[in-house]
Amino acid sequence: MAGRLAMDVSVAVAEAVRLANADVIAAYPITPQTRIVERLAELVANGQLDADYIPVESEHSAMSSSIGAAAAGARTFTATSSQGLALMNEMVYVAPGLRVPIVMVVANRAISAPIALGNDHSDIMSVRDSGWLSFFAENGQEALDLTLAAFRIAEDPEVSLPVCLSLDGFILTHITEPVLMPDQTEVDRFLPPFKPSVQLDIKDPISMGLWAPPDVYAEARKAMALALFSAKKTVVKAFDEFNRIFGRRYRPVETYRQEDAETVIISMGSISETAMTAVDEMRDLGHKVGLVRLRLWRPFPEEELLAALAGAKNVAVVDRHLILGCGSGPVGLEVKSLVCNSGLRPNITNFFLGLGGRDVTRANFKYIRERAAGVRNQLRAEFVGVYE
Amino acid sequence: MRAFEAPFERVTNRNFPKGPEVLAPGHGACQGCGEALALRLVLKALGTEFIAVSATGCMEVCTSRFPNTSWQMPWIHVAFENAAAVASGVEAATRVLKRKGRGHDQRIPVVALAGDGGTADIGLQALSGALERFHENFVYVCLDNEAYMNTGFQRSSATPFRASTTTSPVGACSKGQHTWKKNMPAIAAAHGIPYVATASPAFHLDLMNKIRRAAAVEGPAYVHVFSPCPTGWLMKPELAVESARLAVSSRIFPLYEVLDGSYRINRPAPNPTPLADYFRAQGRYRHLTEDDVAFIARRVNSDYERLVDLAERRPVS
Repeated sequence: MAGRLAMDVSVAVAEAVRLANADVIAAYPITPQTRIVERLAELVANGQLDADYIPVESEHSAMSSSIGAAAAGARTFTATSSQGLALMNEMVYVAPGLRVPIVMVVANRAISAPIALGNDHSDIMSVRDSGWLSFFAENGQEALDLTLAAFRIAEDPEVSLPVCLSLDGFILTHITEPVLMPDQTEVDRFLPPFKPSVQLDIKDPISMGLWAPPDVYAEARKAMALALFSAKKTVVKAFDEFNRIFGRRYRPVETYRQEDAETVIISMGSISETAMTAVDEMRDLGHKVGLVRLRLWRPFPEEELLAALAGAKNVAVVDRHLILGCGSGPVGLEVKSLVCNSGLRPNITNFFLGLGGRDVTRANFKYIRERAAGVRNQLRAEFVGVYE
Repeated sequence: MRAFEAPFERVTNRNFPKGPEVLAPGHGACQGCGEALALRLVLKALGTEFIAVSATGCMEVCTSRFPNTSWQMPWIHVAFENAAAVASGVEAATRVLKRKGRGHDQRIPVVALAGDGGTADIGLQALSGALERFHENFVYVCLDNEAYMNTGFQRSSATPFRASTTTSPVGACSKGQHTWKKNMPAIAAAHGIPYVATASPAFHLDLMNKIRRAAAVEGPAYVHVFSPCPTGWLMKPELAVESARLAVSSRIFPLYEVLDGSYRINRPAPNPTPLADYFRAQGRYRHLTEDDVAFIARRVNSDYERLVDLAERRPVS
């Protein structure tokens, strides 16, 4: 099965896990992640993927089992959403500390309460500081491609960290799209078998997860921090190799009509396609507006983002998660923090958009451009499309 | 293959495992620790060709201060409540890697080790999930010292009735723990797994053979090991083994096995020693009156008789 096919994006992700020849999948069902793990269970049941599917009793155990499997040398995949990610939070923090290269897809869904099924980024932002590499996909092709790339990046001995890929729940996961399904031989060229540099092995025993007293804890965490920053090199290298083999070019940061833009909108995930359409329409009306999309969220692509913002007078940052009690969203905070010592002096505004499944429209982006060009010294991010 | 027929080399006094200790010396357990003794016997029974998964707790902390380790087999510690889930992943990985030609061509037991809190309280869900999923090479060992000793002697659901702990203290309105000890072996057995056993470091050959059988059976096995804690039980350190012996002879911790659902009592106590003898050495029971002891004895005897009944009605054959 290769070539151009129409399929649910969730199924495309599962097919990527099949092409990656994953060894262990540990997952617990939660909407809207379910279609991914159902398809994986089918692939294992049909003998199309030679893996062990562990139907764990909770997300906490999904990540615990994934840590154990990856530590024992298995290529390991899991997926979750929302409350599931919140429940596994403790283990999400442990995985990078133990340097196990798990790949996790998060079908982004709003966090309770009130309980909601709709899409935003409040789930993934709850593990913002955990030490995972974190990507956001825009469309089905990218979901499939980044799933493959995630294994290669995670398992690179220079990285040896878990990688998380965010897909907007429903908006992306439940859409049928045409995707180019890679050929297995091409995938095998891109993704060599997982050869961990250390693993739980009866012939070469090691101890993993030792207790760190104060004289080494800080050093261990610093090493993690540096490893995560330097992982960006491996990301770029993997994207280059991906382009060489599959002919599709990915970058940590994407830009759209931003070169001469006075106002640059920053977004992540699937709403960026709506934003690009809005940019075209605004350009037709003569507005100098462009889009910058963060594909890589952790490590934060500092240089690439600053380069993309160099000519902007106004920067409008879209956030899909509230940091309650704080005037900015997580992306807004990050951009402000990056820009303030950069020598650039754009007017930065921050907007909350598309919370809990609220539709994001082209009109929202047109409103954001007007506000970004008009508002000065914004203290707190503005809610867009929210009734009083 | 039935659990009764699982092949393993029996440990006897003659062929007792020789060579250096598998649990390397130099760890930081308290003087006279019954749990360290139990762990030492467990590991001696298993050798080094298995993978160990520890829950957070006394035995994890005292053996693994970076850069040192007492573990001479591959070992991983992840957190407190999930040893069974981590072991599930390790077990799946070893099997699938063997199948796909990237692992070792031998059966690798995966042994999860946790205390009573990590088993009966915070780890119960992960344990139940692992037992229910029927992992092929999965052994779970609960080292039960009857409270959260690592954090300073707080009660767990495995703390016995009337024991005084820092969170079930004796006071004007309290006579200590007011709930009965959770019956973990019965909960494990209710999952229909091939092998469940209780064991005690006072009966070291029995303990080691149970561990070997647990590692040999196909499917999950659960071994609940009594682990006296002199520090937490307010007891002289030289009394750990003696108290473990009295726990069995007084029926408060009977030694038995459940093989494919059939019961066998390994150290019958038709004429139990007085419970008061067991309680006397332990400061956590200092406040008990004769009436209290008699009240506890009624429950202990009734539990024991139910076990005798099961062993008679469903004997191992």
